[in-house]
Amino acid sequence: MTDSPIDRPSAGAFAPRSPLARAGFWMREQWRAAAESDLWYSFRRSPVTIVAALITLIFVLGSIFAPLIAPYNVFDPGANNLMDGLTPPLGDSFSGSSYLMGTDLQGRDILSTIIYGSRISLIVGVCAVIFAAILGVSLGLAAGYLGGWVDSLIMRTADVFLSFPTILIALLVDGVARAVLTGHRAGDLAVYVMIFSIGVSTWVQYARTVRGQTLVEKNKEYVQAARLVGRHPVLIMLRHVLPNVMGPVLVIATLGLALAIITEATLSFLGVGVPPTQPSLGTLIRIGQEELFSGSWWITIFPGIALILLALSVNLLGDWLRDALNPKLR
Amino acid sequence: MAAFIIKRLLHSVIVMLAVGFVAFLMFNYVGDPINNMVGQETTVVQREQLREQLGLNDPFYLQFLRFAGNAAQGDFGLSYQHRRPVEDIIMERLPATLELSIMSALFALGVGVPMGVYTALNRNSVLSKVFMFVSLVGVSLPTFLIGILLIFLFAVQLQWLPSFGRPGVVDLGWWHTSLLTWDGWKAIIMPAITLGLFQMTLIMRLVRAEMLGVLRTDYIKFARARGLKNRAVHFGHALKNTMVPVITVTGLQLGTIIAFAIITETVFQWPGIGLLFIGAVRDADIPVMSAYLVMIAFFFVVINLIVDLLYFAVDPRLRVERPGASGGH
Repeated sequence: MTDSPIDRPSAGAFAPRSPLARAGFWMREQWRAAAESDLWYSFRRSPVTIVAALITLIFVLGSIFAPLIAPYNVFDPGANNLMDGLTPPLGDSFSGSSYLMGTDLQGRDILSTIIYGSRISLIVGVCAVIFAAILGVSLGLAAGYLGGWVDSLIMRTADVFLSFPTILIALLVDGVARAVLTGHRAGDLAVYVMIFSIGVSTWVQYARTVRGQTLVEKNKEYVQAARLVGRHPVLIMLRHVLPNVMGPVLVIATLGLALAIITEATLSFLGVGVPPTQPSLGTLIRIGQEELFSGSWWITIFPGIALILLALSVNLLGDWLRDALNPKLR
Repeated sequence: MAAFIIKRLLHSVIVMLAVGFVAFLMFNYVGDPINNMVGQETTVVQREQLREQLGLNDPFYLQFLRFAGNAAQGDFGLSYQHRRPVEDIIMERLPATLELSIMSALFALGVGVPMGVYTALNRNSVLSKVFMFVSLVGVSLPTFLIGILLIFLFAVQLQWLPSFGRPGVVDLGWWHTSLLTWDGWKAIIMPAITLGLFQMTLIMRLVRAEMLGVLRTDYIKFARARGLKNRAVHFGHALKNTMVPVITVTGLQLGTIIAFAIITETVFQWPGIGLLFIGAVRDADIPVMSAYLVMIAFFFVVINLIVDLLYFAVDPRLRVERPGASGGH
């Protein structure tokens, strides 16, 4: 049997008629394309990436199904046994319940607080990345496509942001937001304040990258054609330029997720992040630090390990994605 | 060169103006300054008098000019929390942060450069692999976790070093130093390592990469062909040429170190400006926050400028305008 394109039936000829069957066919085709792609190949070839992906997957699933997985409901004050406070990992507790990673001062199961804490950390991280990406990509598109004073204004602002470390900007935005919101249920809004401050402090990278890519794409023929046809500039930016600049954005977003998770943990550790009623990993570490001196190391160390595992895995995934999408680096 | 420096200066001025403007907006419009200064029993008339007295009814640009003028003279008003002039509090705490930052920069350079040179010269040795792994950990660990782990190990378990505070401070009149006493040295070790670890790994990787690049160049081959000793080639020729990027990065990182001191100072309860700033963020103490912002921005701008100027001093290739044949070299 030869492999010439003439002998081989094209996908179109075999495409089934009914919508359901067609959807199944489409999915099989997508699956085949994915399995044969460079991305999947480089993924399979890198054991470190596979481990990182698995760990990330465990964290994501654990966060989604936290109420089902967590051994104890740590947010129900009635469910915590105060007498079990400061039980060491797998140690004998007063009530006879067993705690894989021990308990804190209030008798809360550390494993459960870590599962719920990762949930908060991941939610804040993902939302902050989405916020930063939307902000950065739209500003970058506008700067690159419109040029002129819009470009100057956005990019000079970006320069000022870039002069300072992320954590400092996040702290400032957080501080101002707190000052504005004093008395306005600041505790309830803490999560949104965090998402906003981390997003505002990390948009610059997206904007700079997208602007650079947009400057290149802007002069290509398809964009000029769209302009000649008289499409609205906003539509050209969104429908034509945007899809072609999304590759680098994906890489920045993945690496940005690790940065956002660490920034959130740092802010919460400094006591200006999410409140202890909704503890993230950083809050747990801060609470546990006070008990460190009395020898109860597990309250701090286990959330710390969880944070390191999560941040490192996401970082490694981002590194892999960057190398895989950029053949020049290989 | 002159054009470049003028451009850099202009950029610095723009950054400072932007930061000053943000600080001014914070200072004047976040919360009511009057409410933050007076008590409950102050009457509306008195409030209005104070408002007039402080010039809060003046036009916008006049207020900004006054703010900028005061800031340039180091006057940032009263802290809401401490009820004292902000500049006094900052000057009191600046020595602690500067000593900590300088010690961690020295640590980063003193350990990072030799490690980088070693790993570049002995790429496949076991020790190099260990160094590379340590640097990976240093990059991926958040600063506050490093601090907590150090405290757990050296203060709680081994009980070698104090876990917090800045003991043994000696008053020199114009400066409070803790570096003249044994207690002070013991207390600064862990904070300095915590703060400098990230910069150390950065410098190590940079020196390693630069050294590997330089060792492949023709002039190194020529130096070897001339029969120079390994030592002379490595340190006299190779290392010298890796120093330009190292100076740049260290300089630029100095600003980052001062900013990241916020975290380290919180972990170790080190009484510097970082701890002051975190307290201000927690309590919405706007004057302290805006003063810190302006000060840090000033540090960054000055450091950036110095680094750019050092470039010209260190790398003769950048001074291209000079006519080709110069006597000195």
